[in-house]
Amino acid sequence: MQLSREDLLLAYRRMRRIRDFEDRVHVEFATGELPGFVHLYAGEEASAVGVCMNLTDEDMIASTHRGHGHCLAKDTDATGMMLELYGRKDGICGGKGGSMHIADLSKGMMGANGIVGGGPPLICGAALTAKTLGTGNVAVAFTGDGGSNQGTTFEALNFAAVLKLPAIFVFENNGYAETTASQWSVACKDIVNRAAAFGMPGVSVDGTDFFAVWSAAREAVERARGGGGPTLMEVKVPRFYGHFEGDAETYRADGEVAALKRDHDCLKIFRGRVTEAGLLSNADLDTVDAEVAAEIEAAVALAKVSPLPGPEDLVTDVYVRY
Amino acid sequence: MDAIHAITMPKWGMSMTEGRLSGWLVRPGQSIAPGMEILEIETDKITNVLEARDGGILRRRVIEEGQTVPVGALLGVVADAGVADEAIDAFVAERQLAAGAEGGDDAPAPRVIDVGGRAIRVLDLGEPRSEAFVLIHGFGGDLNNWLFNMPALAEDSRAIALDLPGHGESTKDVGTGDVSVLVDAVVDLIAQLGLEKVHLVGHSMGGLVAMLVADRLGSRLGSLALIAPAGLSSAVNDAYAGGFIAAEKRKDLKPWVEMLFADPALVTRDMIEGLLNYKRLDGVGEALALLQARTLAGAAAESVLAGLDAPTVVLWGEQDRIIAPPASAPKPLTILPGRGHMLHMEAASDVTRAIRAVAGL
Amino acid sequence: MPKKTFKQALNEAHFHEMRRDPRVIVMGEDISGGIGASGEMDAWGGSEGVTKGLYPEFGPSRVVDTPLSESAIIGAAVGAATTGLRPVADLMFADFLGVCFDQIFNQAAKFRYMFGGKAVTPVVIRGMIGAGFRTAAQHSQCLYPIFTHIPGLKVVIPSNPYDAKGLLIQAIRDDDPVIFLEHKLLYGVTGEVPDGAYTVPFGEAKVLREGGDVTIVALALMVQVALDAAELLSKRGIEATVIDPRTTSPLDLDTIVESVEETGHLVIVDESSPRCNIATDIAAQVADVAFHALKGPIKMVTPPHTPVPFSPSLEDLYLPSAERVAAAVEASLRTRKGAA
Repeated sequence: MQLSREDLLLAYRRMRRIRDFEDRVHVEFATGELPGFVHLYAGEEASAVGVCMNLTDEDMIASTHRGHGHCLAKDTDATGMMLELYGRKDGICGGKGGSMHIADLSKGMMGANGIVGGGPPLICGAALTAKTLGTGNVAVAFTGDGGSNQGTTFEALNFAAVLKLPAIFVFENNGYAETTASQWSVACKDIVNRAAAFGMPGVSVDGTDFFAVWSAAREAVERARGGGGPTLMEVKVPRFYGHFEGDAETYRADGEVAALKRDHDCLKIFRGRVTEAGLLSNADLDTVDAEVAAEIEAAVALAKVSPLPGPEDLVTDVYVRY
Repeated sequence: MDAIHAITMPKWGMSMTEGRLSGWLVRPGQSIAPGMEILEIETDKITNVLEARDGGILRRRVIEEGQTVPVGALLGVVADAGVADEAIDAFVAERQLAAGAEGGDDAPAPRVIDVGGRAIRVLDLGEPRSEAFVLIHGFGGDLNNWLFNMPALAEDSRAIALDLPGHGESTKDVGTGDVSVLVDAVVDLIAQLGLEKVHLVGHSMGGLVAMLVADRLGSRLGSLALIAPAGLSSAVNDAYAGGFIAAEKRKDLKPWVEMLFADPALVTRDMIEGLLNYKRLDGVGEALALLQARTLAGAAAESVLAGLDAPTVVLWGEQDRIIAPPASAPKPLTILPGRGHMLHMEAASDVTRAIRAVAGL
Repeated sequence: MPKKTFKQALNEAHFHEMRRDPRVIVMGEDISGGIGASGEMDAWGGSEGVTKGLYPEFGPSRVVDTPLSESAIIGAAVGAATTGLRPVADLMFADFLGVCFDQIFNQAAKFRYMFGGKAVTPVVIRGMIGAGFRTAAQHSQCLYPIFTHIPGLKVVIPSNPYDAKGLLIQAIRDDDPVIFLEHKLLYGVTGEVPDGAYTVPFGEAKVLREGGDVTIVALALMVQVALDAAELLSKRGIEATVIDPRTTSPLDLDTIVESVEETGHLVIVDESSPRCNIATDIAAQVADVAFHALKGPIKMVTPPHTPVPFSPSLEDLYLPSAERVAAAVEASLRTRKGAA
């Protein structure tokens, strides 16, 4: 185990922050106060955090429409994000992006992305920058099982392999593209099987196990930093909520979600592992829980009273100069 | 046979290929003396008057007002009263035939030469003699500013115009931006060309440079003609220099360029376009800013001018908005009424005449 | 001033900028040519030779040959631009837009706005446009109206070598995504081009000729067609102003309107398909802001609403000609507002 006590606390805090953020957005969305539509990441926390614990602020990630977790795993400010979800002027994107377009380039977060399959080609670019400038940085594309079927994704995989780019393609298979089961839509059954077709190493991991994700990502990141080229990771994760908020989820089996929450909650699993091993105490984790809960509570309270953008904001930020 | 003289479309500046005859100032049958203004010609750059080179009677207008014809085309015929109409007809026919058969443009072109490690563009017209006019343009200008003066000066003298460092197609490196950088370039050019007698002509910032070059030429200085020079008692309009540097588009630049002339109608779209093309070259903005800060600001050459012995003339436009005409100068000062800062373009003939007179050429 | 071809002017622009700024890279399929094959590198220098010679000087890290994979090429260029490089990506034929448009209009064009002004995406995407090359429907389109429609993109369409070099240098130095479109039939056109680097700003139209009777607006290859038409008209006693906007986004509407206010007549020559193109856009904007100045109908000279045909006899008919432009001018002058 190469994770220090501080690392473990940080990993837990980030996973907890994602869970609380998403659970709270779920509640607040139902009040009708949040505009637009949101896609929640709850249940998948160990994937984002397990990968991103191996990255620095200079390593870039691209995300998906289900991007809150990736942002928070990269330490994007939760309050700024909450304000953004509320469409506020002081949101992290000035209220111009919203849930699906949160970005924080200073943290190496190139943006959630409303276009499925939009991220992988962009990550090739971030990896190309790293390679061209010799920075030793890596770039990670998070994509879902739906995005795994996009042509842009296939192009990016081939491109990265041919140019030996320091890129990692993480496919978070949560079982569904909207309502469509990945078991049906992914012809080769397991996404990881596609790695061989692009001549790159592939690894499949249990996304409810933070440690499994962390060590698989660690190997991929080390390979990329060392000039060994790209890796494909399939991370199998549960999706605790619907495709978006308001999805009645009639396509899911009775009791499916309840069972996932009971038996496949990465936060519970993490807590069990670290306390059993004596690495952290329940009290340590409870402290984090309380701090994160207060943080999210404050973020929502602020978001509700923050000013909205005005007419002066409508036409700015289109160009650097026009 | 008595002499028959052609009036032809002049070539004012390297890029001029044709001109529009915008107005005849003399009627057929009218008697013409050399130097008389006989017609107005409009080019892409500017409108100017053409002076008669030969005396006689205007016998024929070959081209009427409003027509655009190539450089060198026959515009009219001047001859004495004794020449028969048939002879004039034959002359016109022959010239038109010849014009049709004429091939390329053999006018000498400017060339970029190496002067002590700097690339300097030079236009060298006239017979290759060791005595020559050397014409130095102003801030933001180039050798084409002398387009109306150079052909006349080169008719029976050698006339050399250059692009100063930071200008035209010369190097854009102006070092510290100190005036000595410009002076050194001109002094080195004169040495490299082996000139033994130099008649310096300088406009605006180029006038300042001319005074300081004159001071270093010693006995090689033939004469000095200063046109609205910087460095005497009037300061350079700093807002103009700043505005000229900052302007990026036609609309921004035009008002500043119009300040150069008493009659803003002289400013054409092509003139603005040409200046913008120059300003958009890499290094020009930086060079001009340095020159504004180091050469224009605090330019002082009054005592240098007072100490020069060579024949000198100082010409100024009464309506100069860039450097206002001073009340007095250390050398004879002629103020041209109704003219602005670019009086060598606005009153080309008067200025050319004054340059030749002071040089004794 | 030295004379150079349009292609040489573009080639020089690449050299200037790659020497000036190590962050500038070029990428695309065959951008040098011959990668992975057993012969020589720099085999092509781009499909038309515009990037020839860059590989020997700058090497594979800055002259990036890629698989034929437009989404990945453009997406990677865009991603590289947001992370510190200044890539110039070659799409070859702008028609290939169809297989990478998402990366242009949903990604590059929108980052800055979506991310609240925090992203900078200095990418240049080069593509060839235009008919007359006998390359038929999928290699001959002038798709600039589609790009012009998208907020966040700048669209540059040079018509001559001088502008080509200055506009490309400006495009590479520009901090916004720029679509740079080169008409295939212009590559061999020559003109005066300074040896040094210089820029031509976006959003400033060029007035190529001034006349008081009619304003003709044209882009790319159509600029020469408009100038030829102006010559024809001059012989018939009609003097035309010819304006090349040079960039369609931003568009210098002021210069066009100022001219129309003097001439009262406007004819727009546009090689793109006739519906929702630059001609309709300019016509609508001029009618909106300068209706008072119009003395006759605005005329649009465009190809028919068809794909570009292959057979030379058809393709020649397809393209606007100087005679058609002249006829449109005469039609506008004949049909005066208020007359029966």
